[in-house]
Amino acid sequence: MTRLTLTVNGDPRVIEGPATLADLLRQLELDARMVVVELNREIVRRPRLAETEVQNGDSVELVHFVGGG
Amino acid sequence: MATTIQEQTLIDPPLAVGGRSFRSRLLVGTGKYRNNAEMVRAIEASGAEVVTVAVRRVDLDRSKEEGLLYHLDPTRYFLLANTAGCYTADEAIRYARLGREAGFNDFIKLEVIGDRDTLLPDTAGLISATKTLAAEGFQVMAYTNDDLITALRLEDAGAAAVMPLASPIGSGLGLLNPYSIRTIKKRLKVPVLVDAGVGTASDACITMEQGVDGILMNTAIAEAEDAVSMALAMRYAVEAGRLAFLAGRMPRREVAVPSSPTTGML
Repeated sequence: MTRLTLTVNGDPRVIEGPATLADLLRQLELDARMVVVELNREIVRRPRLAETEVQNGDSVELVHFVGGG
Repeated sequence: MATTIQEQTLIDPPLAVGGRSFRSRLLVGTGKYRNNAEMVRAIEASGAEVVTVAVRRVDLDRSKEEGLLYHLDPTRYFLLANTAGCYTADEAIRYARLGREAGFNDFIKLEVIGDRDTLLPDTAGLISATKTLAAEGFQVMAYTNDDLITALRLEDAGAAAVMPLASPIGSGLGLLNPYSIRTIKKRLKVPVLVDAGVGTASDACITMEQGVDGILMNTAIAEAEDAVSMALAMRYAVEAGRLAFLAGRMPRREVAVPSSPTTGML
């Protein structure tokens, strides 16, 4: 086990590694169907979340739809 | 009023944008509502099929169910992601790609804002982002000002629809320059929808009377004291304005002309 320090939505977050993006969503209790994931400014499509491992220092953005005009 | 809707359907073809067609010419936003229940009822009352949404970070410290998809059925409404709050073409392109990845459609309501006070568009950034996104297969619906040349450039850049403002976003000042809007509508081949500035039903009606293909609004409904009633009023106003445009108004005269016969008087 290693500890990975990520930046998630602009804030530092330490998680246990190795971990994939799907693991990260699970830890954050997020439904993968409801969010879009960007890893180091590249969009990671839903089918690839479970195979994409996060590395120490990675920057992750988790976005969804909110009210807007 | 159900007959009104049926009659309109008979004489008015649906709104066609980017290969899709919509019965309602009223498009509504989902921002600024007091609560989600009111938003859902207002959107229902508006009869809108196209509903705009914003792309934002998930707030990891708050309830996970604040996302709009927990409240609005994406199989019932056509979700139009926007790039609101973006100040550069690159930023808007990034948001557009994220919006598309949410997985509903290739449409984007493109905003590239140029000024924080007026929220007027950065037209150079807008045209450049439109080019890039259209080349990536997006159906770009571009929010712009009421300038004909920008509207023409956006059409050339590949916009699926051009959406000039009636007045600044959230101002509720109504249609400030009907002449510009009419000119843009006359000159463009792609649909022209007025986006932003409508304050109340009469504004929506007058805007549709200019011949535009539709109206996108948010604040006028969301900030009304009774959002649901205003949504219904807007629905009727858009229909009334559209029908009046199609009907063709009488000429304006500077003199009175009696409506009753002048002959046969005692």
